[in-house]
Amino acid sequence: MNERSRISHFANSEAPLDIARYIESGGYVGLMAALGKTSAEVIGVVKNSGLRGRGGAGFPTGLKWESVAAGEQPYLVCNADEGEPGTFKDRFILERAPYLVLEGMTIAALAIGAREGYIYVRGEYPEIAKMLALATEKAKARGYLGNDILSSGFSFDVAVRVGGGSYVVGDETALLNSLMGNRGYPMLKPPFPTEKGLWGKPTVVNNVETLAYVPIILGLGAQAFASIGSVNCPGYKLFSLSGHVANPGVYEFPMGTRLRDVLEKAGGVTGTLKAIQIGGTAGPIFGPAALDYNLDFPSMQKAGGALGSGAIVAMNTSVNMAHVLEVTMRFFAQESCGQCFPCRYGTRQLDYMAHRIALGLGKVEYLDLMRETATVMVGASFCPFGQSVALPLKSLLDEFGDEIVSFMTEQQYLKEVSE
Amino acid sequence: METAPKTALEGKAPSPQQPETILQDYPDRRDTLLSALHEIQRCGARKSWITDQEISLVAQHYHIPLAELDGVVSFYKMFAREKRGSHIIRLCDSLSCRVRGSLDLYHHVRNKLGISTGMTTQDGIFTLEIVNCLGACDKSPNLMVDNTLISGLTIDAVDALLDGILEAEQ
Ligand SMILES: Cc1cc2nc3c(=O)[nH]c(=O)nc-3n(C[C@H](O)[C@H](O)[C@H](O)COP(=O)(O)O)c2cc1C
Ligand code: SF4
Ligand code: FES
Repeated sequence: MNERSRISHFANSEAPLDIARYIESGGYVGLMAALGKTSAEVIGVVKNSGLRGRGGAGFPTGLKWESVAAGEQPYLVCNADEGEPGTFKDRFILERAPYLVLEGMTIAALAIGAREGYIYVRGEYPEIAKMLALATEKAKARGYLGNDILSSGFSFDVAVRVGGGSYVVGDETALLNSLMGNRGYPMLKPPFPTEKGLWGKPTVVNNVETLAYVPIILGLGAQAFASIGSVNCPGYKLFSLSGHVANPGVYEFPMGTRLRDVLEKAGGVTGTLKAIQIGGTAGPIFGPAALDYNLDFPSMQKAGGALGSGAIVAMNTSVNMAHVLEVTMRFFAQESCGQCFPCRYGTRQLDYMAHRIALGLGKVEYLDLMRETATVMVGASFCPFGQSVALPLKSLLDEFGDEIVSFMTEQQYLKEVSE
Repeated sequence: METAPKTALEGKAPSPQQPETILQDYPDRRDTLLSALHEIQRCGARKSWITDQEISLVAQHYHIPLAELDGVVSFYKMFAREKRGSHIIRLCDSLSCRVRGSLDLYHHVRNKLGISTGMTTQDGIFTLEIVNCLGACDKSPNLMVDNTLISGLTIDAVDALLDGILEAEQ
């Protein structure tokens, strides 16, 4: 397998801003290939590669680009808001291969006809924002960005912008609101950003990792990428491994790799595996049966979960699942943007009950109440955030409900005997 | 694009500049608003919040009604409109940090500084905040002091960190 089909090949932790070294390692081969093609041809290559968005939803990238409304100058936005708990792969890419992302953005801009692009970096990554600003300057000085890129007649410029601390802003419509200097409220879809996005203009929002695979695809050809990984979901994918694993970190594997094999590469679980969360806080928490799951979008969906951002958090038997419940529900309550009532109120109720449970003041009825609340939220919430609380909550209660009930009973008993 | 990318950020070492001077660097385009707010929040020595006077200046500069601007600022967790400590400690308590000891760290910091989450020490040096994932879970547990991520924390490391800041402040 070609080394250059992996993002890790371009990762340079010692001198990430050294553009000459990036070029030596095969950088800008993809852009040069793209400059020799028409926009439609570039989109064709990305469509044929089967690339699906790495931001969580797995939407086919070529299709998204193709759906950009004609007529007005579109914008391109790189989503570097990485806020999904357990996820640090975009940080990995931006800290080690910033030019790969800029190159991917330039190719995407060429494909959709954008002349201005933004990288929206979460406020908690200030060093990365600074580095990206330097990288854009260096790329411009070398003619890879800015006016008349590599004398092709094509011009594209990138500006770096920072967030202010908000998880929901990772949602593409909320991100656009934030980029326009507003409260980061999600917006109703349709219209999709590709029709009406930034300042009302058609806009493509792509995740950092998605854009980082684009130069690889243009450089090696669609077929080379499509032949890696799963048939319906090809290519490599970055997985963020953390929690009770021997060597936590970012690991790159073909889509569809079994969770067991990914964990093994990270030195395995420390202690005895009890639970594992896949896809971020909005993903389900599974028992050890998940070890046999294949990690790609369709397989995880079939397993009742989601690949999400590719976050994998392992928990060993030392972990109290009542605490996991509390941490998870608190996340939703803290990060709800408050725009709609079902989510604003529902997340607070869930947080209240989970908090009481963790304190040993819970009631068994809470568990059913929590399920009902989450079910209502799935139907009534305005955006995917409020709808997604059900997945982790229900999986926790299904898989570990007995343990949580025992914990409550035990705490109750201890309180009674101490009174 | 008419301007070079601007990435002025919170805590870029407190800026000695006046807010008026800072704003001169920002074009009146709202995509630069959050970046400007980060820098203004940190202007003047030992400051980490946005004052009434500053909010008026920003509103004028960007031609935004004051109430609307206040609404924007209050949405984002990294901004404050009320006095905070000169150093913001953001301790992560999301899942990966929690299973690797963030709660022990929280209790330690809490006892050492005598404040719980959301509070500021009486000497005005520290504000403590529990936050969600900082995107460095492979090196958990983590915290940020102002703009700097500190990873792989132990109780001793946190002690050294806080003592170091205290010493520098005295
Ligand atoms: C609540 C919420 C948070 C999200 N957070 C992120 C994020 O941090 N980074 C990201 O790339 N996408 C995030 N997304 C997905 C984006 O809305 C969008 O689908 C993605 O940026 C599109 O890029 P892609 O097609 O390249 O995956 C989030 C979605 C929701 C609903
Ligand atoms: S579901 Fe939650 S996050 Fe989404 S708009 Fe409603 S309150 Fe905001
Ligand atoms: S959970 Fe603490 S940095 Fe991710």
